[in-house]
Amino acid sequence: MFSDENISLSSWIKQRGSEDDIILSSRIRLARNLKELPFPGQSNRKQMDQVVSIIKNVLLEKKIEVAGQSYKFNYIEIKKKTPLQRMMFVEKNLSSLDFAQDGYGKTLFFDQSEELSIMVNEEDHLRIQVLLPGLGIKRAWVIADAIDDLVESKTEYAFSKKWGYLSACPTNLGTGLRASVMVHIPALNLSSNMTRLFEVVGKLGLTVRGIYGEGSESAGNIYQISNQITLGKKEEDIIENLESVIRHVIKQEKNAREKLYKNRPVFIKDKIMRAYGKLKYAYSISTNEAMELLSYVKLGSEMDIIKEKEISPLLLKRLFIIIRPAHLQSLIGEKIDNSARDLKRAELIQTEINRKGGQI
Amino acid sequence: MLCDNCKKREATIHITKYIDDKKSELYLCEKCARETGHLNDNDGFTFQNLITGILNPDLNDLNKIKESSMECNNCGLAYEKFKRNGKMGCAECYSKFENKLRPLMKKIHGSESHIGKVPQSEKNYLDVKKDIEKLKAKMEKVIEDENFERAAQLRDEIYELEKKIGSE
Repeated sequence: MFSDENISLSSWIKQRGSEDDIILSSRIRLARNLKELPFPGQSNRKQMDQVVSIIKNVLLEKKIEVAGQSYKFNYIEIKKKTPLQRMMFVEKNLSSLDFAQDGYGKTLFFDQSEELSIMVNEEDHLRIQVLLPGLGIKRAWVIADAIDDLVESKTEYAFSKKWGYLSACPTNLGTGLRASVMVHIPALNLSSNMTRLFEVVGKLGLTVRGIYGEGSESAGNIYQISNQITLGKKEEDIIENLESVIRHVIKQEKNAREKLYKNRPVFIKDKIMRAYGKLKYAYSISTNEAMELLSYVKLGSEMDIIKEKEISPLLLKRLFIIIRPAHLQSLIGEKIDNSARDLKRAELIQTEINRKGGQI
Repeated sequence: MLCDNCKKREATIHITKYIDDKKSELYLCEKCARETGHLNDNDGFTFQNLITGILNPDLNDLNKIKESSMECNNCGLAYEKFKRNGKMGCAECYSKFENKLRPLMKKIHGSESHIGKVPQSEKNYLDVKKDIEKLKAKMEKVIEDENFERAAQLRDEIYELEKKIGSE
């Protein structure tokens, strides 16, 4: 009924990571442009092809060894993929929403684990990305830095001594670095005013976004926290600052969980068990509702209100992704409308929870 | 504090209005703020809008005319287009529009200069530049000491290094 062969999940989804009760993933993105060519927005087709062929030469020749790990790359051309296939890359956080729209020259390179990827001909020639499970932002930077060096050794980047790496959008100028961490903070969301958290984070030069990055909404108590400023700071300092704020958020979330358990035990237990019941028995369920219920079940599992042997952390993480529209439809193997999807989604969740007794 | 409008839900949004110097304050919950049009999701506060907002203050007409004819001679990007979509066209645009960009950078990043990673090729260049500076300082010193022979040697070394990086 649901065919696993139609989807491939990234290692950040399939593996556990440090602090992964609260931190889902860590991501580093570097915006880079080649010196001799106009940026994609002002490029013609021949120039876009040139960028693609340069990156093919760097990445496809042989196994790539960076930061003590070896990677084997593959690539896809966006325009040759169906909208469903493209959206799966967005749902896995490998592609931006913009990049997944039909357009000439857009090419996504990624390694087998999908830990390392490069969007070619997005708004910049290159968007180098590293995605790791849990809190691994420093390691992600080491890998991104190394692949950046490798690409640079084969071509010349647009760089100015004054302004650093030149990007299409001035908001990425300088380091071209966006470091972001995906946090799951249900207890904070239940017990305090999130706008206050956003304000504090904003004062520290960071910003909070939804699950698919800029302009997207939050779902399932999941937020992306990332640096806003890219110019006038060192990469290491940007990452250090983000990590220390994230550690603070982790502490706050843990405190909020303890307080909920102590002060409102009936409320929180009921919320969690109700969510679990709905997930197990709902007949029709939307993406947003499923995300929210999964969020409480994850919370319940981490607070030991639901036992791990009933539903494992990795299964929960997997569900967070495969219930999304493009993954769901790919699992079924056909495009279906919204209301039909809600039925299938409910069925998928039950199948997954019952299969192998909630384990992966 | 409860919402001024529905008096039921917790107020999470604080609005201060000034009309003819008269200050009025309003505390609303999210739902009421939305319903009364004080909070609009479609405003889409994005970086893109921020840039075009900063770049489009009411300019006087003379400036407008000057700006409208500005374009990058490398990629052909018109400054007008940048003002609309907030994207540079190529590396050269940054030098062409430098004067316009500097205040923008200050607003976005609070800084105008890069202190982070430098490409390897650039790093070699910077290292040589540093060496040249050091030699020049040394040369000044030996000239002060009237050691002209040594100064001549240093001058030649500097000349060699400058040739290497193609500096004037």
